[in-house]
Amino acid sequence: MRGGRVWLFGDDIDTDALAPGAYIKQPIEVLARHCLETVDPDFAAHVAAGDVLIAGRNFGMGSSREQAAEALKVLGIAAVLAESFAGIFYRNALNLGLPALVLPKDQRAGIGAHDRVTLDPATGRVKLAQGTERQAEPVPAGLLPMLAAGGLVPHLENRLKGASA
Amino acid sequence: MTLAEKIIARAAGRDRVTPGEVVTCAVDLAMIHDSGGPRRVKPILERLGVGVWNPDRVVVATDHFVPVFDAQTRQIQNLTREWVKAQAIRAYYEEQGICHVVTPERGHLKPGLFAVGGDSHSPTGGAFGAYMFGVGSTEMAGVLATGEIWIKVPETILIEWSGAFGPGVMAKDVMLFLCGRMGMDGGRYQAVQYAGSAIGALAMPERMTLANMTAELGGQTGLIAADDVTGDWLMRHGAQGVEIDPWRFDPTAPAHERHRFDAATLAPQIAAPHSPANAAAVGEFAAVTPHVAYIGACTGAKLDDLRAAAAVIGDRPLAKGVELLVAPASVRETERAQDEGVMAVFERAGARILPSACGICAGYGDERLAAGTVCISSTARNFKGRMGDATSQVYLGSPLSVAAAAVAGRIIDPREVMA
Ligand code: SF4
Repeated sequence: MRGGRVWLFGDDIDTDALAPGAYIKQPIEVLARHCLETVDPDFAAHVAAGDVLIAGRNFGMGSSREQAAEALKVLGIAAVLAESFAGIFYRNALNLGLPALVLPKDQRAGIGAHDRVTLDPATGRVKLAQGTERQAEPVPAGLLPMLAAGGLVPHLENRLKGASA
Repeated sequence: MTLAEKIIARAAGRDRVTPGEVVTCAVDLAMIHDSGGPRRVKPILERLGVGVWNPDRVVVATDHFVPVFDAQTRQIQNLTREWVKAQAIRAYYEEQGICHVVTPERGHLKPGLFAVGGDSHSPTGGAFGAYMFGVGSTEMAGVLATGEIWIKVPETILIEWSGAFGPGVMAKDVMLFLCGRMGMDGGRYQAVQYAGSAIGALAMPERMTLANMTAELGGQTGLIAADDVTGDWLMRHGAQGVEIDPWRFDPTAPAHERHRFDAATLAPQIAAPHSPANAAAVGEFAAVTPHVAYIGACTGAKLDDLRAAAAVIGDRPLAKGVELLVAPASVRETERAQDEGVMAVFERAGARILPSACGICAGYGDERLAAGTVCISSTARNFKGRMGDATSQVYLGSPLSVAAAAVAGRIIDPREVMA
């Protein structure tokens, strides 16, 4: 289980907002300080480890730059829940070990900004502070080992080691 | 099987595949650029203790941090050059133009290919009947290490345009219209395929624009089945081992979603800030007076785009208060545009010619739109703050519409200027 406070965002959050081009050549820690600043200037400064980002449709649309997912991870975001994801962002997030779960609109109802939640990426169960639960679609079973390993690189490392052992 | 299924089945070593199933495919070609490429994949490959699986299947082009403008960008280009050499990659194109234009121009694409690119506009390869899609750097490192990638077999969304597009209407207008109609996720990360008589009549560069902007529709790839136009173009660009017949359009293949439009009814489109989906007919934007007109990007500055823009400008001067910037998509396209006198038209009008690179489209360089700038641009995306300050306002249009605005001083239907 992971958890923290909720940061709420709308539909069509794009990769230029998540990872602004002007900072793309900087180290990820620098870039991350500008993550989402054009949408919510408070976000990067106030987000804490374990917090959860909840958004609407088509989260992460646009560029293939994986710094969009990496910045969220560096800021401590434990998981991104969205009504839907842009395809490249979704793959990038899981490849980097950042859980990305589909949270249908009806399951988002009643979750407010800064509410406390905990969630389990394997089952998709989201627990709200007042004790009620929401159900996100779990991460596909085939991708869980990669997510558990921490992403594609450690997963491949294990596989390549396994092959040579 | 649909074209997408045929290519994926071949790459997966299977007789057939069904939408929804997850298969592992052998990658025929991997394309990377200076931003998402060597500087990010090198540390991962080192950590894994491997090199690229097959240097002859890798294409590297530098375009995002071009030209270099500080110590960091210089270091990125040095790293890129050294890594390419160490990996014995021969297809290295340094400052030759934008990867999506350089890769086919140098004969690396052909129908039936299963290819990945380290850039979201990689669906451009679909114009040649290749299944090509964009991935992030970590996933690209996985491809470079193993030569494989998993894919969920997509459904095919068939978009048919019957009849013929009218004068003044370009592929860019088609895509802005579709973004407005279907939304930025209308492609559902499936395979979008374009067909119909109006599409068949388009030259390759225009088809590339359609496939390219499938990224804005949220499709995984954008395909156009091979035909004689594809074959002729590839022959002229030195592609080897091209087969057309196995990858032609099959009208009996079952599409999972179908959209039909009449090409004759489409008017030039403009997308208002800050989304390509904010599209409407050009006539609705007559009150907009841009400071900057930008002809650039993989989607809007190929030779045909430059020709179209130059034809509108003719010997007209730029309108007062408008700066025209032209960043041709590749060095080769620039040379041809020079030979044809197209570049001279821009120069005579007072345009500033920029290097053949991503430039202001990526917003990665030292030249970005200043606060409050109103810009009309032939690029693919107008997300807030992408091309410059968060207060800049970018309107997207075809190269014809950008050129028309540059001489009129306001957004105007290019057909009025062409008349
Ligand atoms: S020109 Fe623009 S859209 Fe094309 S690859 Fe470069 S940054 Fe991306």
